Order: sequence, then C-alpha cells, then structure tokens
Amino acid sequence: MDVRSQVSMLFHLDKCIGCHTCSIACKNIWTDRKGAEYMWWNNVETKPGTGYPTKWEDQDIYKGGWEKSGKSISLIGSGKLKGLVNIFHNPHLPVIDDYYEPWTYKYSNLIEAPAQDDQPTARPISLITGKPIEIKAGPNWDDDLSGSPDYARKDPNLENLSPAEQEAMFQLEKMAFFYLPRICNHCLNPACVASCPSGAIYKRGEDGIVLINQKVCRAWRMCVTACPYKKSYYNWSTGKSEKCILCYPRIESGIAPACMHSCVGRIRYLGVMLYDADRINEVASADVNNLVNSQLSMILDPFDEDVIASAKENGVADSTIKAAQDSPVYKFVKEWGIALPLHPEFRTLPMLFYVPPLLPVMASLSEQKNKEQLDKLDPIAKKWDDDWLYDTSTEELWGTIDDARFPLQYMANMFSAGDTCKVKDIMKKLMAVRIHRRDKTVGDLDKENVKKTLKDVNLSADSADDIYYLTSLAKFDDRFVIPPAHREQAIEMVENTGDVKGSSGFGFIEKPARGI
Amino acid sequence: MDLLNNFLFIALPYIALTVFLIGTIYRYKGTKFKFSSLSSQFLEGKKLFWGSVPFHYGIMVLFFGHLTAFLLPDVILSWNSSPLRLMILEVSAFIFGISALVGMFSLLIRRKTNPRIEIITSKMDLLIELMLLIQIFFGLWVAYEYRWGSSWFASVMSPYLTSIFTLNPQIDAVSRMPWVIKIHVSLAFTIVLLIPFTRLVHLLVFPLSYLWRPYQKVIWNWNRKKIRDPKTLLNVTRSKNN
Repeated sequence: MDVRSQVSMLFHLDKCIGCHTCSIACKNIWTDRKGAEYMWWNNVETKPGTGYPTKWEDQDIYKGGWEKSGKSISLIGSGKLKGLVNIFHNPHLPVIDDYYEPWTYKYSNLIEAPAQDDQPTARPISLITGKPIEIKAGPNWDDDLSGSPDYARKDPNLENLSPAEQEAMFQLEKMAFFYLPRICNHCLNPACVASCPSGAIYKRGEDGIVLINQKVCRAWRMCVTACPYKKSYYNWSTGKSEKCILCYPRIESGIAPACMHSCVGRIRYLGVMLYDADRINEVASADVNNLVNSQLSMILDPFDEDVIASAKENGVADSTIKAAQDSPVYKFVKEWGIALPLHPEFRTLPMLFYVPPLLPVMASLSEQKNKEQLDKLDPIAKKWDDDWLYDTSTEELWGTIDDARFPLQYMANMFSAGDTCKVKDIMKKLMAVRIHRRDKTVGDLDKENVKKTLKDVNLSADSADDIYYLTSLAKFDDRFVIPPAHREQAIEMVENTGDVKGSSGFGFIEKPARGI
Repeated sequence: MDLLNNFLFIALPYIALTVFLIGTIYRYKGTKFKFSSLSSQFLEGKKLFWGSVPFHYGIMVLFFGHLTAFLLPDVILSWNSSPLRLMILEVSAFIFGISALVGMFSLLIRRKTNPRIEIITSKMDLLIELMLLIQIFFGLWVAYEYRWGSSWFASVMSPYLTSIFTLNPQIDAVSRMPWVIKIHVSLAFTIVLLIPFTRLVHLLVFPLSYLWRPYQKVIWNWNRKKIRDPKTLLNVTRSKNN
C-alpha cells in the first residue's frame, strides 16, 4: 500500500447558481495576461450545452483521455508513438476558434473620434491581431441557453437518450438545466502528464496538484489534446502551455483557492483524501461498469489504523492525516456516497467530485386533467391548454426520480459512465435527506414513511442531519480543511533557512516573454 | 580569392561553431522560459499541416543524409558503387528536398498572409525561414546540376568537415568547388551560427527521452521516506524541483 494524500475538491451542484464569480476570481488572479485572455482555468457551463471549448466532452473530435487496449490502457490521441509522429502537426489539436477569439473594445474612439453626424462607437477589437472583428463566440456564449438547437441539442451527453426523452428535455416550459463549474481535475492518472514529450508536466507528490514546469515546456502541445477535460491551455504568445494550479501558493499558506473562496453559493468544499497509489494502473484499466466503484475503493479510510501507519511510513504528516479525517470531501464521497467524479470513463481518475443536482428532478411532469387547478384560478389568470402539471408531491416517494424532468441517463452519462443506478442511488439519498428535514421542520409527513425512506437508502437520521448541516449550514472552516503544506520541512532538507532569508519569493526571475 | 576562401571555409565555420556552442548553452541555462518551439498551430491549424509536415520530414531526412555522408563516407561510396543504388539514393534525397522546399515555401506564405500568424512573427523568424528556403533551393540546384552529390560529398566534403572538427582545416578541395556549392556550404554555417538567436533551438531539445520515460511523473518536494526520521533532517539533499 503506497498511501499518498490528494487535495480534492467537491462541487455541490444543487447549490450552484451559475453566477461565474469563481471564473472571474480566477481570471483576475491568473489569466489576465497576453496570450491567456481566452483561458478560463475555471469556467462554469450550462448543461445541457456544448461547453467550453465547444463539445469538449466529445472525444471522437478531440481524442482526449485514455482508452482500454487489451488489459491495459493507452492514450487516445497522443502517447509515445503518436505523440512523436504527430509532433510537427498535431491533427487533434483544438484551435483558438474552438474556444473563442478574445476581444476588447476600442474605447478610445468614443473620446477621440472627430465631430460627425453619427455617434461614435466602440468597435470590438481582436486581442490577438488588434484588428476589428465580428464577434462569433465568447466566454459562456451558451449561458442559460438550454433547449437551443445550436448548443443544448449538441450536448455529447445526450448519447443513449431516446429521441422522446431528448424532445421532452427541450420543450419550452418543461425545459430544465443546471450549471457545471469546472477546473483542472488534478487526476491520479493524468493524461496530460503522460502525453508531455518534454516531461514538463508533473504531479506534486505531497498534495497531488498537477503542474506544468514553464521552463521545460517546449510547446509540443500534446497535453492540450490529451486532457479530456480540455483544461490544459496553450498560451499562443509565450509558446507555453498553462493550466489550473489549484492556487497552490494560496493553499500552501492556508488560504482557500480563489475560485472556492469567492463562491457565492458556497457550493465548493476542499479537503484531503488519502489514496492507494499502488492501485492507480489497475483502477484506471478497470471495466467501464466498474470504473467508479474501483476509483472510490482506492480512496482510503483515514481512521483505519493500517492506513494511518502506512501513511506515516510514507512521510504523510500527522497534520495531513488529521486534515484527511476532517475532510468534508471524504464525507461526501465515501462516508455518505453522494458524490461522483466527472466523466470517469475518460480513465484519468479525476479527483474532483460532484454532487449531482436534484433540483430539476424534484418537479417531474405528470399528465393529468388540470380542470381542478383551473377552477382554483382567478378568472383573469392566464389559462393553459396543456394537460400536464408539475408534480411535486411526496406521496410516491421515489416515483418522481424515475420519471425525472431531467432523464437519469443524462446525469449518468456525465457522472457515472452511463450507469443510471449509481446516479439514482444518490438522487434517492438526497431526496431522503429532504424528506427527513421536511419531517423535522414541517412535520406533515407520515413518520413511518419517513423512517422507511431513510432505511431504503441506508442513511441514519444522524447522517441525514450531517448531510443537511454540511450542505446548508457549514461555515468556512467546515467547508475548507486545508492541510498545512510543511514547506518549512522541505526547505530545511535543502538548505539552511537562514541563508535564503529575503531571497525566496514567488514569481519569475526570468521575464515570461516570448522566445525568439 | 584566397582571402575569401579562407574566410568562408576556415573563419566562418569556427565563428559559427563557437557562437553556436556558447550561445545555445547560455540560452539553455539562462533563459529557459524562452526555449520553445513556439508552435503557432493553435492559431491556425490547416495550412500549417501542408507546410510543417513536408518541411520537417523533408529536412530531417536531408539532415541525417548529410550527417551519414559526413560520418560514414565509405558506406555511402560503397552504396553508390552500383548505379541503381546511386539513383535510388539521389532521387529519394531529391524528393525529400522538394518536400522541404514546398513545405518551407508554404510556411512562409502562411506566415505572411494570416494576420494572426503575422502578429507572432518576429524578424528572426522571417530571416531564418528565408535563409532555409534559399538554402534548400541551392541544395536542390547543387543536386541537379553537379551530379552526383552524394558521392562527391563523401569524398570531398566529408574530409573537409573532418578537418574542421579536428582543428586542422584543409580547404584546397572545397576552394575549387563551383560557387553554387560554396554558397550552400557557407549558408549552412551561417544557419548554424544563427541557431542560438532563433527558434531553431527547438531542434536541440527534440524530446527523444519521452520514448523511455514512464508515462506518469511525480515530483516530491522532500524525500518522503526520510522526512519523518529526525536523524536525516540535517542530511542535506537537494529537492528535485528546485
């Protein structure tokens, strides 16, 4: 057992309001530079939708991630042979138009334009060429555009959904959507690391953050292809690839990453998880039906004596083990089992987890005569001719989940490699917590039924309350359990700390300018 | 004339090789951030294919062809002893030359016509691409006009180059070469001289080591086995990424 620790993040999608504050916080700190304007290390997508870059989930186009070959796995669009053969022209590299061409406006024209009959305008100017452009796409171009033929209907996750289901998803007034915030997944089996011909990308042993060494990157640009989440970006100006660094300078000093710290909906949780690195290969090559279970099984119980002993032997600090025991992510993922990784079928073993959204599911549709409803309405109220109503009843406890307004298959395609049972289990648990809380706060439900509901999903009343607490009431310190980085120990092994006083710092000694 | 020959075949090679050696080492050690192939495929991908691929594969074959003729002249000469094999060698080399020429030409066109690519084009990019284009053109001229290049390269150029590298320059034979060949040789050394000042440095870091490294790479800031042992705390070992 090779116990390592991984800083992991969890997104509670039911709470995401799609405000993009995280994206802005990240952009202001990290990607507000030439060549990086188009990059969104953190972005929030409307689902169903095509996302950023357009249709990133469709690996028939982008050839990212790993595929099973025999008993092992191999990179789909890169790797040793393909990478070196295609090094002069990578056939699977997205170009900037797959993201969008960044632009600004020529504001000076508003002031400097000569007197004329028409009002001066600020024309859009490309941030690449500096010339006027027609804006064809931009960040979050399809924001809130669920149901639209150009975006939502081209969502790769609609695969395996019957045409009827798809149609139902996109009818006006029956339509539903949710938001998906995405950053680098800091995978355990990262395809970007494996694809880098120069070996510039690496995973930090201590906390599992995946980084690109800017001094070793040579713009062979294989990582952009290899990352199935398209979270490695090529800076066209400096000729170096860049990616989310999980705000490691902030984490090292005990501050939450910018995207998480700024999250308005408080949907994000950060904590340490211990895992068994010996099993990475085996788990990544598991059968597709077994992928999620194997990945979850390699995350170790931080209270287990054996695990603690091997962790110590491996140099994991006591404070990190303590952080793993208090980790909110561990609770969601392992203890309660209500979170799943995004697209596990890419086989990179992503270490960010998502609690799938229950909300669009809650109100399902039921075909019924709405005469009764109509009778209740005011005579001047708008009358609808439809024969369907939103069903928010709790009498049929699990009924609404099966005929969800949002087909379970869609969620399953995103979070469990197509396995609807997994998603359904989680939906049931989330629903059970709500029923339990309704019983506690409103008390209008049949007590026996409520108990049966919790028993059905194997939750005790206490853990249901815990889930409720961590979901709705948790304070900053509950949501962010950041392990001390212990850089001081690392430095002591290298040199006498007195010698480097005043000389250490962070930033480029060499100006990050484009080469010749 | 002697003065010119001495300059072109003695002074220039030594200046070029010295500048190349010191320049690339300095650049590799001192300005690592700027050490990049500066790929522009992200801004324009389709036209790049028709330039980059024929150029790179063409020039690579030609480079290793020249290298083989320089290092193993006897092998080339005995290969060329049969006219059929000579023709195979010469024709295939010429085809790769054409491929490099067409590739370089379309790269230059792309560089000048695409506004996005023009933005990231430096003066050195244009200079080196023009020089390469001229160099390939002269190479093809030489191959066509002064047959058979592979044979006389092995018997004339190889001893000359060896004499350069053994610090005992013998230029009698090269000095009597036609001027087209002289230009081709001098341009070659000029390009070598310019390597540290251009993006051509990327050819020195072709990532061959990728073939034998394991796919995954994990770097530890400290030695994790030793970190918990108080005895080893004073043991000075450098961390791997500092």
